[in-house]
Amino acid sequence: MRTRDAKKRSRDFREVALGLTERQALKEARRCLQCKKPMCVEGCPVEINIPAFIAAIRNTDFPGALNVIRQYNMLPAVCGRVCPQENQCQSRCILGKKKAPIAIGALERFAADYEARKGLSERPVKIRPNGHKVAVIGSGPAGLTAAADLAKMGYDITIFEALHEAGGVLLYGIPEFRLPKKIIKREIEYVKSLGVKILLNWVVGKTQTIEELFREGFRAVFIGVGAGSPRYMSIPGENLNNVYFASEFLTRVNLMKAEQFPRYDTPVKKARKVAVIGGGNVAMDSARTALRLGAEKVFIVYRRSGDEMPSRQEEVEHAKKEGIIFKFLTNPKEIIGDERGYVKAIRCDRMVLCEPDTSGRRRPECSGEEFILDVDQVIMAIGQTSNPILVRSIEGLKLWGAGYIEVDENGASNIPGIFAGGDISTGAATVISAMGAGKRAARAIHDFIAKPK
Amino acid sequence: MYKILKKETVAPQVEAMIIDAPYIARHHQAGNFVVLRIDEKGERIPLTIADADSEKGTITLLFQKIGKTTEKLGTLKPGTAIRDIAGPLGHATPILQYGHCVLVGGGIGSATLYPILKALNKKNNRVTVILGARTSDLLVWGDRFKALSDEVLFTTDDGSSGLKGLVTGALKDVMDKSEVKIVIAVGPIRMMQAVAELTKPYNIKTLVSLNPVMVEGTGMCGACRVTVGGKTRFACIEGPEFDAHEVDFHVLADRLEFYREEEQESMKLFKKKKCKRNCKK
Ligand SMILES: Cc1cc2nc3c(=O)[nH]c(=O)nc-3n(C[C@H](O)[C@H](O)[C@H](O)COP(=O)(O)OP(=O)(O)OC[C@H]3O[C@@H](n4cnc5c(N)ncnc54)[C@H](O)[C@@H]3O)c2cc1C
Ligand code: FES
Repeated sequence: MRTRDAKKRSRDFREVALGLTERQALKEARRCLQCKKPMCVEGCPVEINIPAFIAAIRNTDFPGALNVIRQYNMLPAVCGRVCPQENQCQSRCILGKKKAPIAIGALERFAADYEARKGLSERPVKIRPNGHKVAVIGSGPAGLTAAADLAKMGYDITIFEALHEAGGVLLYGIPEFRLPKKIIKREIEYVKSLGVKILLNWVVGKTQTIEELFREGFRAVFIGVGAGSPRYMSIPGENLNNVYFASEFLTRVNLMKAEQFPRYDTPVKKARKVAVIGGGNVAMDSARTALRLGAEKVFIVYRRSGDEMPSRQEEVEHAKKEGIIFKFLTNPKEIIGDERGYVKAIRCDRMVLCEPDTSGRRRPECSGEEFILDVDQVIMAIGQTSNPILVRSIEGLKLWGAGYIEVDENGASNIPGIFAGGDISTGAATVISAMGAGKRAARAIHDFIAKPK
Repeated sequence: MYKILKKETVAPQVEAMIIDAPYIARHHQAGNFVVLRIDEKGERIPLTIADADSEKGTITLLFQKIGKTTEKLGTLKPGTAIRDIAGPLGHATPILQYGHCVLVGGGIGSATLYPILKALNKKNNRVTVILGARTSDLLVWGDRFKALSDEVLFTTDDGSSGLKGLVTGALKDVMDKSEVKIVIAVGPIRMMQAVAELTKPYNIKTLVSLNPVMVEGTGMCGACRVTVGGKTRFACIEGPEFDAHEVDFHVLADRLEFYREEEQESMKLFKKKKCKRNCKK
């Protein structure tokens, strides 16, 4: 895929990947073998009929291609950009055995962008209201998908969102240079066009309880509140000035537009040398954001090796080209501050890889050697966990692990009428899996209301 | 949008604002706060809910104009609206039948203490309120506290009202004379720290309400983290009240300094713009 020049792009927030041209898309689509038993479909968490949409592209029927995708995936412009295709559909492509697999993600994005570029919009669906109210809590990919599917079935849907804008992680987590905000706005407009109401600044569990929602006549509730609470390492120095948790750093920039301070009121600290701790998407996004804010040097500090990094491969490549420095097999154990309480360095252990652990990745262990890295800002991106506000406000709700909602394969919790999906039931995962969960739950909610046992 | 119904200056640089926010009013408990954003370009700031009327569906916010956002908030007139208000957030103050309680407030701390006083009264506690300020006209809501508490003591640095001196002097007297069960202190960090140090040897349960920088106020970012008992805690969901004897006030003070430069820059720009507008008129 074409990308903008690494030097230029690393100084602004405009989108990095440019997508395929029509010619490139056609050429790529023609490489597809149209397998009888398509392995790619098995690799897709929502089982998009991939050969069918690629066939439509081949026939230059681009709207047709998008229609195929939309039967399975409500957010093609988003997923084409952020799905980890290399572990999903593309990893199964037969062509990948010998050469490059079909760029399925790029083609998905092409179909979605084509529609947007031509100013077309999804064909309006005829909705027959059935009079039943359903509440959706959280407006991330899980909530938006559940809301849209239920609205199409005729339900009267209200989304309750804690923040002042809808979109979940797509809005406040993933940066503009990877996923332009106008794409999310467009998707949200579409959901609203289906008659879905969105109430912002509505922290369910605080502004209103779930019980009250049921009393107000909501027949069922879908919880898609994500895994929003940052994890931290509990190492000395974590609360020094200029130590950010990635979620705060990214929220300041993405949601509050701190890069435009003082035009916008929210500030973010710019630093010269930044260490980002972690190896996932959140770490890559933080590192590349720090660079765009003007940092001279940005390190990714990761305790395993490059092979174990959970981030999307494409983002790692982009990050490397932009000049991010990777410090693998490095585990910080202390953040050192100056006399004013500001970060000045981190003390790290050098690690070695041992036997694989339960995640199947090789486990890092201390080599006994340590070193100091001089930095003036540290961003912790070591994962998220469940936010307690809502889940703890529901008496009797069955949880697992660090406070995730336990659900069956359809998203039903142990309490009749309460469904959940996305990161709040799986732990931090992916956009596409959250969307898949929203879809399954929408069907289950319909069964629950329309066909009571 | 959240409509401003009434605004009143209660002390120099301190405004009280009554706002239409029925759901927040209905669920408000002592100790709760809201996070608000004035407009599209605004920042999100936490403000304590100083009072709420669930029947009328209103909340009262009390704020001191110390930064750009609070300055700007102060310029808004009744009839206009605030774009975003989320709440009620934070833990409620634990209200029990304690016996003799002492509430200690400095400056805008009154906002937090007033609902606590009301709630303690409902549980038939005996409440002494100590309010301190530099000088008498900076005492916020003194008459309201007088109307509802068993005893109110004012302290001023210059002796212009009540006792001359700091709140800690008055608090010590009260603790020496009576068996105090709980002290709740809200105000500037230095004051809260001094209260914590004073009550510790008396072994009296002491709560302080912390005011770190916040972003969304719902436990999702960690901006508000404080060190309590050597551990990292999120003030917006685990607080804002904590055991005063466990709080690391140094970390809190350092972290509050973090954006000082940006705050000043923002403020300067705002004043310049305001001045320009006024000059044109
Ligand atoms: C920086 C970052 C980068 C990522 N990059 C990728 C990527 O490249 N590819 C990928 O597939 N995945 C990526 N992910 C993961 C992906 O974004 C999530 O798995 C996905 O968004 C989860 O969707 P969700 O709908 O479950 O929750 P979320 O998107 O988290 O949305 C939850 C929403 O619920 C709201 N909410 C929370 N509590 C309440 C409450 N009490 N009341 C009302 N509303 C509430 C929140 O404000 C939020 O808007 C990334 C995540 C982050 C943080
Ligand atoms: S303000 Fe974001 S976690 Fe408390």
